[in-house]
Amino acid sequence: MQPETAAQHDPTLAHHFESHRQQHEASLVGMWAFLAQEVMFFGGMFLAYTVYRHLHPEAFVVGSLTLDPVYGTINTAVLIVSSLTMALAVRSAQLGRGKQAALWIGGTALAAGIFLVIKGVEYSHKYHDGLIPNFAWHPSETSAPSLEIFYSFYFVLTGTHALHMIVGVALMAVVAIRALRGRYGPSNYIGVEVLGLYWHFVDLVWIFLFPLFYLLGRHLG
Amino acid sequence: MTTVDQPAPARVREDNYLTAGYGWKSWFLTVDHKRIGILYLLSLTGFFFVGGLFAVLLRLELLTPEGDLFQSETYNKLFTMHGIFMIFFFLVPSIPTTLGNFFLPLQLGARDLAFPKLNLLSWYIFLAGGAFTIYAMLSGGVDTGWTFYTPYSSTYANSHVIAAALGIFVTGFSSILTGVNFIATIHKMRAPGLTWFRLPLFVWSLYATSLIMVLGTPVLATSILLVFIERAFGIGIFDPARGGDPILFQHLFWFYSHPAVYIMILPGMGVVSEVVSCFSRKRIFGYRIVAISSLAIALLGFLVWGHHMFVSGQSIYAGMAFSLLSMLIALPSAVKVFAWSATLYKGSVSFETPMLYALGFIGLFTIGGLTGIFVATLGFDVHVHDTYFIIAHFHFIMVGGMVMAFLGGLHFYWPKMFGRRYPEGIAKVCSVVVFVGFNLTFLPQFLLGYLGMPRRYHAYPEEFQVLNVLSTAGASILGVGFLIPMLYLLWSLKFGAKSYGNAWNAKGMEWELAATPPIAHNFTEVPTWTDEAHDYSKLTPTTEETPSHAT
Amino acid sequence: MNEHNPALRHDPELAHVLPLRTYLGVFALLLVLTGVTTGIAYIDLGVLNTPIALSIASVKALSVILVFMHVKFSGKLVWLFVIGGFAWLLILFSFSLSDYYTRSVISGWGG
Repeated sequence: MQPETAAQHDPTLAHHFESHRQQHEASLVGMWAFLAQEVMFFGGMFLAYTVYRHLHPEAFVVGSLTLDPVYGTINTAVLIVSSLTMALAVRSAQLGRGKQAALWIGGTALAAGIFLVIKGVEYSHKYHDGLIPNFAWHPSETSAPSLEIFYSFYFVLTGTHALHMIVGVALMAVVAIRALRGRYGPSNYIGVEVLGLYWHFVDLVWIFLFPLFYLLGRHLG
Repeated sequence: MTTVDQPAPARVREDNYLTAGYGWKSWFLTVDHKRIGILYLLSLTGFFFVGGLFAVLLRLELLTPEGDLFQSETYNKLFTMHGIFMIFFFLVPSIPTTLGNFFLPLQLGARDLAFPKLNLLSWYIFLAGGAFTIYAMLSGGVDTGWTFYTPYSSTYANSHVIAAALGIFVTGFSSILTGVNFIATIHKMRAPGLTWFRLPLFVWSLYATSLIMVLGTPVLATSILLVFIERAFGIGIFDPARGGDPILFQHLFWFYSHPAVYIMILPGMGVVSEVVSCFSRKRIFGYRIVAISSLAIALLGFLVWGHHMFVSGQSIYAGMAFSLLSMLIALPSAVKVFAWSATLYKGSVSFETPMLYALGFIGLFTIGGLTGIFVATLGFDVHVHDTYFIIAHFHFIMVGGMVMAFLGGLHFYWPKMFGRRYPEGIAKVCSVVVFVGFNLTFLPQFLLGYLGMPRRYHAYPEEFQVLNVLSTAGASILGVGFLIPMLYLLWSLKFGAKSYGNAWNAKGMEWELAATPPIAHNFTEVPTWTDEAHDYSKLTPTTEETPSHAT
Repeated sequence: MNEHNPALRHDPELAHVLPLRTYLGVFALLLVLTGVTTGIAYIDLGVLNTPIALSIASVKALSVILVFMHVKFSGKLVWLFVIGGFAWLLILFSFSLSDYYTRSVISGWGG
């Protein structure tokens, strides 16, 4: 067994790391590698969107006109706010202000909640309008026969995005509790940084989702 | 207790990672990369035999031209399950999660991987994926082929596609997390002095493999997720009747599944480099070029996936581009074969079991790789696509190459992992049995494919029977060759000769500095390491009789 | 090694703290660009609508990546991963779309 010296008892430094810097940098590299795979995961779905937009342009124009740009814009703004609060949470952690960090994380979770509620409202409207493929599909707009493909991708992409948000909120709870317990400081804030990177990525996906679904056909409406 | 270095007394066996804790919790909740490597080894062996069982059944059917043993639907399930278990649950994880998990930190001078708990999670995720797939198998199987082509898999199949798709989707995450772990570890946990171009070639191969795992697997996840969604929710994504394009699935699927074959072979190449170097007592010729070739294979591997789609309806221009690019991939692979050959030349070569497997790899991989150039050629592939030529091509690389590298690596590292030697005589014989059985199984299949026998059919024209019988005979010999090592390796754990030091007088931190078997945290102090990789002129003198310096 | 010298283990150089106004500035930019992109979407600019929308989205994305995700202040390795991820996405897109955009060229299979 590894001999325990007094210096090794620092609970903020994992046993297999030599220094906080190593722990910090390894975690950062790990998170960016993970984000690279997330880029490819959503990227595959964006590719599918692009291919079908190329094959069925009229369906995508009609589809985007049946989405509500007000909800979409508000949600975009809400997510941008959440990104700000998350960035400020990381900053607080860097400064060793655990309670402040936890508060900013709470704000981020709140914004995420608002986003998800608005999304839920949108989904319920689609249900009433008969625009949910296979479950409630009776579109009044029949000019685009492949409209179902547009909506399939709308739900798949926004649904996967929403799932990622829910996971993010769960992680926020964990990190916020640790922040309240004073775990983070100037040489040990990587836990919050890594959460922040994940959350900003979630925001990035929406930054592209929003125009691709809500805006691209609007000028023809 | 202090950390002052003391030479280990001759007869006292200090705690090693195997004795540092007993009971199921110490294994199933371990975060020790070495124990996790062993957990993977056990589960992988299980999946290998499940996949092998399906191979036995389908080779039995193919003894006769008529489809008399199984109905065609059942036969479809056999080759599907064979492919799924062998690829996703054996080949892809094989060396990285076993030998890679075990030896990467040791070769870097680190105490563990960057994220030990994530490593354990990876194993559990792997098991969860396996559970879904076993459920699919037990409830009647999947018949889409491991390739899950749409719209059959998404719309028309009557088999358990959803469970199998979920199983593969979940297992993909295990792969991704392992890749993330390895990348972070290699970048940030190298011992002081261990620069990139001093890394063992095994590490380079694991790095390249991890890049592919991280960048490719998510796209597989996307493709499988979309099939799952289409089937589970009745949404038309790949259904042509509703505007879907089935070929889109193939683009997404092969974007991963082609690089996946490099996930499967690169670690084997890494092991071969270690073994050839050790048993020639020489540095690998052209070390830097070999290291960079690993990266080149990883990169180029992402640019060629359309060569699986030459006859799918893909644009002919795209086909031509993919064909040309596929030729390029031969270059870094060939570079490695030349490097190994040059290493052997004027080396002090000995023929222990690991070396026999490595030499088998070099020969069989070369044949498999050369036939790859044949099938990369668009005009030729149009004729042999979906025939036994393709099957022979990839089995030469996957079995003749990868499985032999895995067996060679297992034998090479066995004394270090368990402090026990396997019986060398039987092992050598088995390696020859594997080689003979393999060639008898798959060489006839090149001929069969060239003569026109299609793959995935349970019946065939009479004139193909002789070659099929030879192939099945070879398969039974191959099966024996695989089974016996399992038995004597297990036997050796209790009854094999003990190994205390550097069983092969091999070069590297894992051999020269770590104990045999290693202690739980690998090294009491993180070592400094400035030796060049595989530098056999500078070997720390340890022999089998004296225990190695347990630093 | 480091664990014997407690002073070396903690690393005050680790945290690069950005001023509050940097974050607020990017935040304001993001909100403004959101308003702009929604507004422009209603104006018929023909084939330019899509590239403009995607360009605005890209500028927003870059701001998030460089500032909120600290990439501007990170080492070369992080840059490599960011660029690598998007480069791979480019490979996926360009090679796949090369199939779709050239299908109709030869036999009129159509899209």
